[in-house]
Amino acid sequence: MPETPAFQFVDLRQQHEVAQLGMWVFLATEVLFFGGLILGYSVYRFMYPEGFADAARHTQIAIGSANTAILLTSSFFVAWAVSIVRLGADRVAAILLAAAAALGCVFLVLKGIEYKVEYDEHLVPGYFFTFGGPNATSAWLFFSFYFVATAIHALHVAIGIMVLIFIALKARCGAYSARYHAPVTVAGLYWHFVDLVWVFLFALIYLPGRTS
Amino acid sequence: MSTWWPSETSHARAVDLLFMGLLATTALVLALLFFLLLRFAIHYRAGNASADRSHRIRKSWHWEVTWTTATLVAFLGLFVWGAQQYVELFGAGKSGLTVYVVAKQWMWKAQHLGGQREINELHVPLSHTVRLIMSSQDVIHSFFMPAFRIKRDVVPGRATDLSFRPLRAGVFHLFCAEYCGTDHARMTGRIVVMQENDFNRWLSSQDVTGTLAAQGERVYRQLGCGGCHGNGPVRAPKLEGLYGKPVPLSDGTIGIADEAYLRDSIVKPRAKIVAGYEPLMPSYEGKISEDELIAVVAYIKSLAEKAKRP
Amino acid sequence: MTERNYLTEDTRIISWLFTTDHKRIAILFFAAITLFFFVGGAAATMIRLELVSPQGRFVTSDVYNRLFTIHGVVMVWFFLIPSIPSTLGNFIVPLMIGARDLAFPRLNLTSFYLFMLGGCVTLYAVFAGGVDTGWTFYAPFSTMYSNGHVVLAAVGVFIAGFSSILTGLNFIVTIHRLRAPGLTWYRLPLFLWSLYATSVILVLATPVLAMTLLLVALDRVFGVGIFDPDRGGDPLLFQHLFWFYSHPAVYIMILPGMGVVSELVAVFSRKAVFGYKFVAWSAIAIAVVGFFVWGHHMFVSGQSVFAGLVFSFMSFIVAVPSAIKVFNWTATLHKGWVRFDAPMLYALAFIGLFTMGGLTGLFLACLAYDVYVTDTYFVIAHFHYIMVGGMVTAYFGGLHYWWPKITGRMYPEYWARAAAILIFFGFNLTFFPQFILGVLGMPRRYHVYPPEFQVWHVLSSAGASILAIAYLLPLFYLIWSMFYGARAPANPWGATGLEWLTPSPPPKHNFETTPAVTRPPYEYTLGGEARPQNA
Repeated sequence: MPETPAFQFVDLRQQHEVAQLGMWVFLATEVLFFGGLILGYSVYRFMYPEGFADAARHTQIAIGSANTAILLTSSFFVAWAVSIVRLGADRVAAILLAAAAALGCVFLVLKGIEYKVEYDEHLVPGYFFTFGGPNATSAWLFFSFYFVATAIHALHVAIGIMVLIFIALKARCGAYSARYHAPVTVAGLYWHFVDLVWVFLFALIYLPGRTS
Repeated sequence: MSTWWPSETSHARAVDLLFMGLLATTALVLALLFFLLLRFAIHYRAGNASADRSHRIRKSWHWEVTWTTATLVAFLGLFVWGAQQYVELFGAGKSGLTVYVVAKQWMWKAQHLGGQREINELHVPLSHTVRLIMSSQDVIHSFFMPAFRIKRDVVPGRATDLSFRPLRAGVFHLFCAEYCGTDHARMTGRIVVMQENDFNRWLSSQDVTGTLAAQGERVYRQLGCGGCHGNGPVRAPKLEGLYGKPVPLSDGTIGIADEAYLRDSIVKPRAKIVAGYEPLMPSYEGKISEDELIAVVAYIKSLAEKAKRP
Repeated sequence: MTERNYLTEDTRIISWLFTTDHKRIAILFFAAITLFFFVGGAAATMIRLELVSPQGRFVTSDVYNRLFTIHGVVMVWFFLIPSIPSTLGNFIVPLMIGARDLAFPRLNLTSFYLFMLGGCVTLYAVFAGGVDTGWTFYAPFSTMYSNGHVVLAAVGVFIAGFSSILTGLNFIVTIHRLRAPGLTWYRLPLFLWSLYATSVILVLATPVLAMTLLLVALDRVFGVGIFDPDRGGDPLLFQHLFWFYSHPAVYIMILPGMGVVSELVAVFSRKAVFGYKFVAWSAIAIAVVGFFVWGHHMFVSGQSVFAGLVFSFMSFIVAVPSAIKVFNWTATLHKGWVRFDAPMLYALAFIGLFTMGGLTGLFLACLAYDVYVTDTYFVIAHFHYIMVGGMVTAYFGGLHYWWPKITGRMYPEYWARAAAILIFFGFNLTFFPQFILGVLGMPRRYHVYPPEFQVWHVLSSAGASILAIAYLLPLFYLIWSMFYGARAPANPWGATGLEWLTPSPPPKHNFETTPAVTRPPYEYTLGGEARPQNA
């Protein structure tokens, strides 16, 4: 079913370009949003290098690594879906998008398990936080950033999952074609960005203090 | 208060000169602008058909480059002028008559080295450089002396310093210049500049419970610092003669043992580890008040003087 | 005879509440920001009443602290930042580029409702007892010591921030992609260049504010301690994060005003803006360089001397493009056909008052002088000259200029000129004495002060009472004109932009056929005849 462009657009091509540009501008705002948080984290890491390294060693690297692999795979599925919907294979794209959404759900479940583990280990600032050794103060700061950053990221993942499911359902109903698939592209951009933010967070949260 | 607009240090007078320069530049630019605006608006008003509107300027390049360059040159001059005075003020050396200031909601506490304490007042001698070392017990305040044209924020968790050299005796305003809560507007006081003899008489007439260094020694003992820094089994850097000396740190850099270093070593000992030592010192954050912290730092400074004398 | 236009199209309330028409959304924003202007103005009135006497007997300290906080919060985030972009911008941008609407009309409506939600939350914070941190929310006072409704206020501003971001996003995409055929970048009216630059700042700076306020709220609710020195945090980190947004924010506030002035100066001199490309790129330069000067708010905060040198230098540099604009506007008048209609009076006032405010900015950029006057009334006078003398003046100028297009009516010219002159006089009497107060050393945020400062405060408060009346005048005669004003033709001013091709008021979808552009803007013959951009 060919889509007609909205009244303010001349043709579908313009509508598609506008949608993409809009998403890129939105992603720029997200970069600054997470960037502010990462800047704050970096300042304190520079001030307390050993404390942050010590605290980082208490993160669940197994879960973190699994989550990284999961998100990267889901991004692969999304990229695949975007490229084949351009060729008109919208039903297959729907399956791929659903698979990506499912992987996103696995990510959130693992994140929840990880939070539970950290709660049991008394690593949640404000809830009976205990950290042995001399680095308690900087560990408190580290885990504050950890929870804020990963919670906000998880919120973005949740929104992304809902978007992917919505787009997958519409794809399954034949709403997209080689001529009109802007929403798929735009949703894909968002998902890739969420994945990219995770990669940065992974490097900053899980990896310090684990080399050597 | 003294005169209607006191300007009582050489820095203040230099700032006033800078002000005149800024004012002159501003006035010139504004006069030119207002003149042109009025002239053009009136002479070229729509009702004046006889004004010559031919030969309008087409290529605007020359004008743009000219006024942009002129602007840049003027601005650079003002920048350098102001920067010079700023560097002199805040890059100042560490010498001078030291007074410790603690800001808290909503009062100023000053402590002289001899242990004399003041609330909302600061007595200083004429023609001596006074060096204030300031910290806050709670929120950010700002120590503002309009007559000396200087202020500096007083931030919790760190020591900031501010130096000045008053040239005239008198009483001058002290204001808190960083909003700090309910009675911010009432957190004011007096700076009392006295002749040197009067100042010394004032110092000796104050009730003291020992010099600041002596108070610090008491705190030092109470907290058991000598257990590691004295002649005990734990290996810790010696404090005699430490103040003012360069200190090799574990990350390869060389620090200087000034007030900020000493203060940080007590409340944030992990920040800078001395080379060759283990990071064993516990933090006294939360276990030592601002007043006690100043006193201990003053005590450690006094050990440097003792070490000099044979 | 009621012809079909965007106002008469559908008159049910529900059609207004769910509209995606950029023109109606602009009207919704007009109403909202006018309301907030009066809230902020009420706070200002009480502040000026209190400051008449040095002992501070009209209100208590706690009330006064809440008054100046709410004045700042409301005026900055709920009046100044949305003012021109969300009202005049929303209305005019699609018309000026020959489009039927913005790129994302539904996002535009979302922006309005987010703004209202943020405003309601913030107003609730006021009525629930107020906030007393100042609009700057400095930590650790805001995170640990204040007993006001900090979290509520922070949440209100956080939500309103997303309204800003969406508006900026919409404008950027619209200006990039929805221009009429033939409308190249160098044929864009300067209002659009300024709004584009504003939108870049909106989009890049506001998220940092969002994160900062979120951290403040978390610090307060969970005791996280990110800015608490006892937990190893750094209060200065708050200041860096806050000012990284808030300095570019002042350019969000002034750039649209500069854009309006460019339009007014051209039309009311019947002459192209002198140095069009320089003025256009100056807007971009201000937006870019404006991101690198935030530390000039922190010269006495304890940041390093080196940082002070860098930020002072950059602050002088950022003043250069503003100077370029002022020179070019002045040169535009040269050999033009200058008219003194109310919009032009506002434009001329802007050039004078903005320059005064901007030059006093040099005093503040100058390191050693800033050490003296920062946190004094000098700063207050400086930013009010720019925000009120500049921005609000430009807003009124643009409002009068585009009023015929928006409402289809002419406002009463003599009342408008009288109001403009009264505003100019009242404004200067209010704020010029505040420069003197600052130079004499009076700190800001004080309601109790030494008696030697009183005479200047009395003058300032007298001016404020005149200003208050002067700002009420337009409210009355503009509303009057909506019902009884003369009907406006499509192009009452003889201007050249595409927006003047449509009827006054325009139909819902703006253009029957998209205009094709063949000319740069502001082309007039030597005799002052307009050459529209599409003919």
